[in-house]
Amino acid sequence: MSHADTMHGHATAGAMAEPTFSVPAKKMAMWLFIIADSATFAGCLVAYGFLRNATPDWPRPFHEITNVAIMTFILLTSSLTMMIGVRSAQAGDKPKAFRWVMITAVLGLLFAVLHIREWMGMISEGATLFHNPWGTPAFGGAFYAVTGMHLLHVTGGVIALIVIAIRYQGGRYKADDLEVTGLYWHFVDLVWMFVVPLIYLLNLAH
Amino acid sequence: MATEAHSTNSMSKDIIVYVVLLVLAAIQFFIAYQNITAAQMFERMLCVAVIEGGIALLFFMHLSENRGLRWFVIIFTVAVILGMQYGWSDAFRISGGVPWAH
Repeated sequence: MSHADTMHGHATAGAMAEPTFSVPAKKMAMWLFIIADSATFAGCLVAYGFLRNATPDWPRPFHEITNVAIMTFILLTSSLTMMIGVRSAQAGDKPKAFRWVMITAVLGLLFAVLHIREWMGMISEGATLFHNPWGTPAFGGAFYAVTGMHLLHVTGGVIALIVIAIRYQGGRYKADDLEVTGLYWHFVDLVWMFVVPLIYLLNLAH
Repeated sequence: MATEAHSTNSMSKDIIVYVVLLVLAAIQFFIAYQNITAAQMFERMLCVAVIEGGIALLFFMHLSENRGLRWFVIIFTVAVILGMQYGWSDAFRISGGVPWAH
């Protein structure tokens, strides 16, 4: 067997090699990121729960949860709009896919605005990273760390959605790229399902 | 024709999943207004959140379509998250003096 044959054999083996779990490399990379990030969020939420459990005078500043309910509704709806966008892209309907992904980005932006508005309300009442008018100063740090981490993910997601949708529209990215971004967006939604009960709803416990 | 029918079916499934998630989220808010202790509330809300998360993973994130990837994600994520639970007994010690003090 000549050297050329050997090289050809290697190239064919590389091209024919099955990707891990039959998942394309980009998608697999996103899954690995999601697994790592879920560990980060779990760490933050466990730390919050630890502090809350170990602090007898843990404050309960949220007297009404309408804002959180609206935010939850917006985020869940954005997951559906993202799904519609990805399905449209897979069906080859570029304008429709672009439109729905941009709607998702707008919903994400709306969520971020509501979140920041809530933060501003708390800051105006004197709750900051290192100060809390209702008791332990650890509350401010824990609250802003967990919700801030999630807000950072939403903001990053909105930017990614806009960039990828524009590039998809321009032909640089494919439906697969939208699907990978969609995975990230659904993950952000998934994390919120755990943040809401632990931080906001348990606040109403007797 | 077949692609259109498949697309419509997928869309209907997505909408059903979305409605189920909305209902589960509403149940969490309903639990928040129940006259129960914080521990009971936490348990119930966590159960609902895990179900919500599972549905989102299986259907929105398509884990239901790839068995190998599903087990890969579940085993790694659950192992890491379970590993983080070691600190709870210490949280109870700080508030109650000894682990699981009454």
